[in-house]
Amino acid sequence: MSNRTLPVNLQGNHACAVAAVAAGCRFYAGYPITPSSEIAERMAAELPGAGGVFVQMEDEIGSMGAVIGASMGGVKAMTATSGPGFSLKQENIGYAAMTEVPCVVVNVMRGGPSTGMPTRPAQGDVMQARWGTHGDHPTIALAPSSVKEVFDETVRAFNLSEALRTPVILLIDEVVGHLVETVTLPAATELELVGRKWATGPKDGFLPYAATDDLVPPMPRPGDGYRTHTTGLTHDESGFPTQKPEQVTRAIARLLEKLERHRALIESYETVQCDDAEILVVAYGITGRAARKAVAAAREKGITAGLLRPITLWPFPEAALRTLAGGAKHVLVPEMNAGQLCLEVERICGAGKMARLNRFDGEAIAPAQILEQIERLAGSGGKANGGSRRRR
Amino acid sequence: MAAVADVDNFEINAYLRLEMMPHFLCPGCGHGIALRALLWAVHEVGIAKDRLAIVSGIGCSGRIGGYVDANTFHVTHGRPLAFATGLALARPDLEVVVITGDGDALAIGGNHLIHACRRNLKMTCLLLNNEVYGMTGGQVSPTTSQNRLTTTTPAGNLEPVFDACKLAEAAGATLVGREVTLQTPALKNLIKEGLAHPGFAFIEVISDCTEIYGRKNDLGNSPEMILSQKKSMRPDSYGSVVDRPFRPNALPTGVLARSERPEYGETWRAFAASRQTGKA
Repeated sequence: MSNRTLPVNLQGNHACAVAAVAAGCRFYAGYPITPSSEIAERMAAELPGAGGVFVQMEDEIGSMGAVIGASMGGVKAMTATSGPGFSLKQENIGYAAMTEVPCVVVNVMRGGPSTGMPTRPAQGDVMQARWGTHGDHPTIALAPSSVKEVFDETVRAFNLSEALRTPVILLIDEVVGHLVETVTLPAATELELVGRKWATGPKDGFLPYAATDDLVPPMPRPGDGYRTHTTGLTHDESGFPTQKPEQVTRAIARLLEKLERHRALIESYETVQCDDAEILVVAYGITGRAARKAVAAAREKGITAGLLRPITLWPFPEAALRTLAGGAKHVLVPEMNAGQLCLEVERICGAGKMARLNRFDGEAIAPAQILEQIERLAGSGGKANGGSRRRR
Repeated sequence: MAAVADVDNFEINAYLRLEMMPHFLCPGCGHGIALRALLWAVHEVGIAKDRLAIVSGIGCSGRIGGYVDANTFHVTHGRPLAFATGLALARPDLEVVVITGDGDALAIGGNHLIHACRRNLKMTCLLLNNEVYGMTGGQVSPTTSQNRLTTTTPAGNLEPVFDACKLAEAAGATLVGREVTLQTPALKNLIKEGLAHPGFAFIEVISDCTEIYGRKNDLGNSPEMILSQKKSMRPDSYGSVVDRPFRPNALPTGVLARSERPEYGETWRAFAASRQTGKA
């Protein structure tokens, strides 16, 4: 930990593991899958010396279960996977959301659907991160675009997860996961770490899911004498199952409102030259970096382009986009899928301004492609139709 | 919290969440007897309720953990052993008991069972085998006897069955046992052995589903069912019945396998400690 302030060459996946340990993660359960395996490998190397536990489970479902089990016991816990494994973990992610057990789930995205392209980049799991598990549930998903940001957002993922008692999904592009960059990491003492709010009050009549002011009930730690019940069944404030409509409404509404209440804590984004932007590019992950370059090139050509790079994808930074898009004539969403986050952007700023740039061939979107679309929008005022996007 | 319990005087109400009564089990269901045996064993071993963590899956078996005044976790279908693996590794100070069923542990959760047996973490796994998916209305399970009627085998079950104990032993469980609910004291003693065992203890409880499975197959009322179960068992080891088909003929009960292997949590913690001292 002592030399973390010196610049180091670090791979994105390794940065995720190093950050997790620095954030206090002391339990990792996983299953090998490309392109995320370096995270497991690094955790296996780091955790024993940190007094933690690494376990390679029998499958993806089991590793998600073990992570939740460890966190129910009070230990900060993480797993990492990629598309096919992310699909398998969904039921237990829903369990963690419903029971409000903190955990961090890393998805290093690869080409899909199905086995897809294990070693090629894609951003095809954005909607799965939001709606992958069944039922109405809260979701936090973060999308870093550089090795340093992988470190920072991994730490933030743990902080948000612990503070809000909810699973946090880290969506890392394969390109970012395997990218090696020279980074200067913060010293351990510089990190602001958030611990879990434990129940400390009277044990008699304790209601583990009672609505507190911040909507995050303190968690009873097993062994502390609360002897509560935890279930994925819809439960009332006592933690026991209920099917009474008013209790169900209250329980689910609080679960969803919990994240709305703390949007300011959750939302994170970067803006580049947005003040006078007539063409607003909304891009995330590695595509956000390409977009930054394209916007700079467009400015050199006299086009007033700007970039909104959401780091928090879910809940989407809605107010920021609404403000920025208000002054723009066009909103361009380049992404490495057939069109996912653009649906959310379109919901917020309307279909009239929307332009898409989609690529799902296993190649990252180049700055030149984005610039080309910006120029087309600036020149004609027409719709962008770039990359492999299907024309109608 | 109650003071140190009087071992000779087991009062089940001291271990139950009485506010949850009446329970949801059907009349004649064997799961209540299994729960009584578990709590009786917990009492006699002297495990404090604060330290007791019960992890259960989905199905009738999964619901009985909720009646216990302890740290209870009702998780996803087939996954209680996976959750318990994380919990036991993270919190070796807790006494982890897994309650699962024949569908939960042998069908959807089969992979977790064999690997939990292999890993040998200290925990006690009770598999309540009632030969059927009761919660969902009586569908065939991996332990439904051949030719028996269920809602998904309207002409009788054609598939062969699992012997859960043989499976657990082969996968490496260091204590394997089976008992019927009729022999409640024997079942209690078997669970006590499980709780005292330093590794992974697997105990199959032959339970009965009178209302759905028994009725469908004309197996009689609950006393008749559990008496016939007892008659199909023999307090014996596999050694003497190895050549016999295990059901409907004699199925051995009692401790069926016992072996000594390092408990995995201890192994991990020793390894981690060596890494920490090596670092200093």
